[in-house]
Amino acid sequence: MTKEMIKGNTAVAEAAVRAGLQAYFGYPITPQTELLEHLSARMPELGRPFVQAESELGAINMVYGAACTGQRVMTSSSSPGVSLMMEGLSYIAGTEVPAVLVDVVRGGPGLGNIAPAQGDYNQIVHGGGHGDYHMIVLAPASVQEAIDMTVLSFDIAEKYRNIVTVLMDGSIGQMMEPAELPPMQPLKTETPDWAVRGTHGGEKRVLTSINLDPPAQELMNLRLLKRWQTVEANEVRYKSYYLDDAEYVVVGFGTAGRIALSAVRAAREKGIKVGLFRPITLAPFPNAILDDLTNEAKAFLVVEMNSGQMLEDVRLVVRGRKPVEFYGRVGGVVPFPDEILAEIENLVKGPLTTEGHPRDRWLSRLAATIG
Amino acid sequence: MVIADVPTKIVYKRPSVLDPQVTHYCPGCTHGVAHRLVGEVLEEMNEVENTIGVASVGCSVFAYNYFNIDFVEASHGRAPAMATGIKRVLPDCTVFTYQGDGDLASIGMGEIVGAASRGEKITVIFINNANYGMTGGQMAPTTIPGQVTSSSPTGREVSRQGYPIQTAELLATLGGAVYVVRRSMHNAREIRRAKKAIRTAFEVQKHGLGFSLVELLSTCPTNWGMTPVEAREWIEERMMPVFPLGDYKVSSAVADLKF
Repeated sequence: MTKEMIKGNTAVAEAAVRAGLQAYFGYPITPQTELLEHLSARMPELGRPFVQAESELGAINMVYGAACTGQRVMTSSSSPGVSLMMEGLSYIAGTEVPAVLVDVVRGGPGLGNIAPAQGDYNQIVHGGGHGDYHMIVLAPASVQEAIDMTVLSFDIAEKYRNIVTVLMDGSIGQMMEPAELPPMQPLKTETPDWAVRGTHGGEKRVLTSINLDPPAQELMNLRLLKRWQTVEANEVRYKSYYLDDAEYVVVGFGTAGRIALSAVRAAREKGIKVGLFRPITLAPFPNAILDDLTNEAKAFLVVEMNSGQMLEDVRLVVRGRKPVEFYGRVGGVVPFPDEILAEIENLVKGPLTTEGHPRDRWLSRLAATIG
Repeated sequence: MVIADVPTKIVYKRPSVLDPQVTHYCPGCTHGVAHRLVGEVLEEMNEVENTIGVASVGCSVFAYNYFNIDFVEASHGRAPAMATGIKRVLPDCTVFTYQGDGDLASIGMGEIVGAASRGEKITVIFINNANYGMTGGQMAPTTIPGQVTSSSPTGREVSRQGYPIQTAELLATLGGAVYVVRRSMHNAREIRRAKKAIRTAFEVQKHGLGFSLVELLSTCPTNWGMTPVEAREWIEERMMPVFPLGDYKVSSAVADLKF
């Protein structure tokens, strides 16, 4: 295969097709719509189900139904649409069926705007739907990673009977860059034992998330939790850049992480010993490696396109042992590398503190910049 | 008196598709009859082992406990979307939803209209008992004018609380819906007619003709505060004028069906 110029949304759609996607259910919303549009042509062409649903509620519940048959299914949306899907995601989690969601995040809250943002971190990583459950969350920083993680997401979802969300932002969905698509995989032919298909002479199968007996529901919750511990043990993924001798560590995911890398390289050219730690799995979060970095680093700078949502997860690991600063742009504003470089230089210049909250210091610095 | 060797003939028995469970439905409730009709029809069509049911939220949330068939349980109102997902990936299976009026005609109106308009090849069994049974008899979109419920304590006042939704009439306007009828469960004759309609609805699906729905006027003696007999009379006297029985959509292909 060779690289081609391809748009992120289209690339994810085609990657899913080639990974053996058996059915897609979605609803148009910017900046995700090209994904749905691509599949509206490709899926019928291949004789595979495609439904443009009446709403995101409809779409996620079509996914829920199709997932109960054990087939490879997905939906995609953007922030306000994903909010509508939260009910269905909780039910899917509660029924323990695998499904894939792509969230192409835009500026919020509310209708917000259609510019790239990372404000869905808490909604996706820390729940959003009701009850105790976890989704596995993958955060690509390029079109190529979006392709690779889409393919990966189906395998992990089926392995753990868990929802996998590919959390990307509007810029990865909308930009074109060279990337290589995977070869076409044959469709799955086996049906898992738990999947409904009609009894055909066997015992009936019931897939449900209701359990009126609290002790039984408690056991179910504990089973989910144990499975999540297995996910935490096996599925942590991240990327490190220039961390071997780094005194300062920038932490950022997705597009914010990618922009931060430019800033880190510029800082290196100025002789600053700084590296980038980019979590790929936002859930499970790479706690252990971040803990190791806490022992090595002088200070951290967390960079996000939100008001410091992952920041709190970083602070939980660092636990005040080293100074943590934060830099974010919100509401659909994408930071420039220069802004992050200036923040790195501030870190070097000091003073550094483990007191107070980094978000408060960021807000006062930001006020000086944007008023 | 000893009667020996009297030849016996079984004229009535539990369809094997129904599991011998103790019912959780109230005395006089017609859910059990509706379950039985669905079971008998699937058995007569030899579709039991090839069927996937979608239970909804409400009194019939545990419908799957009674049917010896594969089942999933939807969130409130979303059963037609879930059924869509299943039917699209398993087009050779028979897929049906079993929904009450709060589920289908209130919170799930978007999903049922979407499924019907797309002509999803699913069958919907729609139980209309003019209130929210499971939560204790609140006003539903099907509550008739003047009807007292726990959330319309002085009777549904249309100037303030609006009008009941006539679901069968509404869905019959949609192109993808090919068989939409209303029947009642209040006496033996209507129950037999209801069974025939349910059979037709499943035959519509089997022949791939489109979306089919049977609305069943049903009793809720507990929440209506009536005896079972009074409840049946109330259907005839009070519900049927608002929800007339009839065939609201029978496409020409459905009319030509032979089974």
